[in-house]
Amino acid sequence: MDNIAIKLLFTLLGLFIVLNWGLIQAGIMNKIVARVGKRIGMPVYQPYFNLIKLYSKRTSITHGVMFYLGPLFRLSGGVGMFLFMPLIFGSEYWSNFSFAGDVVLILYFQFFGMLGMALGAGEGGHPYSAIGVSRGLSQWTTIELPLTLAIISIAIQYHSLSFTDIVAAQQGGITHWTMWTNPLATAAGMLAFLGTMGHSPFDLVKAPNEIPIGPPTEYHSTFLGVLRTNAAILHVVESVLFMNLFFGGATSWFELILKTFLIYFWSVFVGVVFPRFRIEQSVSWFLKVPLILGILAIIFI
Amino acid sequence: MAIEEQNKKNKFIDPDLEKREILSPDGEIIKIDPMKDYFCDAKPKVHEPANKVIEKFLNWSRANSLWVLAFGTGCGSIEIPSLMTSRFDANRFGVQMRPTPRQSSVFIISGYLAVKTLKRVIRSYEQMQEPRYVVALGSCTVNGGMYYDSYNTINRLDYYIPVDVYVAGCMPRPEAMLAGFNKLKERIKAGRAEGANEYAEKFDWYKANQKKIIKDWNMPDYNW
Repeated sequence: MDNIAIKLLFTLLGLFIVLNWGLIQAGIMNKIVARVGKRIGMPVYQPYFNLIKLYSKRTSITHGVMFYLGPLFRLSGGVGMFLFMPLIFGSEYWSNFSFAGDVVLILYFQFFGMLGMALGAGEGGHPYSAIGVSRGLSQWTTIELPLTLAIISIAIQYHSLSFTDIVAAQQGGITHWTMWTNPLATAAGMLAFLGTMGHSPFDLVKAPNEIPIGPPTEYHSTFLGVLRTNAAILHVVESVLFMNLFFGGATSWFELILKTFLIYFWSVFVGVVFPRFRIEQSVSWFLKVPLILGILAIIFI
Repeated sequence: MAIEEQNKKNKFIDPDLEKREILSPDGEIIKIDPMKDYFCDAKPKVHEPANKVIEKFLNWSRANSLWVLAFGTGCGSIEIPSLMTSRFDANRFGVQMRPTPRQSSVFIISGYLAVKTLKRVIRSYEQMQEPRYVVALGSCTVNGGMYYDSYNTINRLDYYIPVDVYVAGCMPRPEAMLAGFNKLKERIKAGRAEGANEYAEKFDWYKANQKKIIKDWNMPDYNW
């Protein structure tokens, strides 16, 4: 497809679909968590109400320039990840702006939003923000180790740093998925995934009831609306990342929605079963089992 | 020392709010007056609602997403945890607890208000972003209830901050609170829950009332 305008149009349409799926998914997951606690829970469309309400607040105050830029950086991290992520294999229209080395770029974008948020939350000046940021960065450093090792292992396996190539190599039935051809990398990656999604037991950054909500403590109104929008996009894109790497990608929107739901559900499932770790438990946990699995994945590739 | 003099007059000034000189990271000595530099004391403004159709849509979403500030002011706050459990499940109505005043839109005054707490209530209320709503629980907030002649509690809450919904009882049960939330929803949908604007309009009257009760007023007139 040569026409950049049409490509851009489809990318924006894809972003719209992903945003809506992210919001509905968040609603469904809230419902599931509520049912585990024997509650009826919030309606599935509650995230939409929250977003409209946040964007329609009449006042907002600022703490400085970085306070403005924090949510924007976070959003550009999420949207940037989306832009370079091929959504549907074999489709010209839904492969966004993916190119030969997109795996490396997306790994970078994953971290970019967090750094921006750290700067913005720091300017908010709330002590809980600082605690949340320090926890988040130290935890993320340890999450990245098994994740990166798993991805390097896959890159060696398929001789490629392109998502399209990695997905193409997994086509032709469930036995061709990385899940079966490279189980060690998959295990390391899926354990790291638990950390990236920020559900219990790794919800140390926002830690409800402990450091009330961590970095976004001072964020409100439209700022929080932007953060919530980004969270919806990011949750789907993270799932798509792991789907492309380990579970054979998707050839249709239905397949994408089903697979991202199941991948996201994995983190929610673990979250409702296990209580929250302390920060040193979380850090040392990532440095034990997932890291060892990651190293083994590199050795036995 | 200024603090000791203040204490003699039975007034307390927070040492953090004293004027002082600070060595900046550049090696420069800067004078800081926390009351002026750390707070913005601009008066609140009236924010007119948007046009009718849009405001109706926005109010509908605001009514369905009530974020409650988790701040228990009196004995009624013990009812709030049970409100969120599986038996009463306020989440069904879009009621969620938020730990910070910045993000919350509903303030539950749960029962009697000591003068000391009133000060914190005013500060938290002013830090909430508009539109904001107040639900007052129990007879203590209506007329003082069993504390009507106490030396240290206020009697009528709506002298100090505008109240949207009163839930009567001593204490109101969680069911009554759920009914109160639904009443608040109706009020918001009808466009009558404009407490924040009322507060801005009658700001001087509210401030005079507050200062009459709070003797050791050591904060700006409007916190942000």
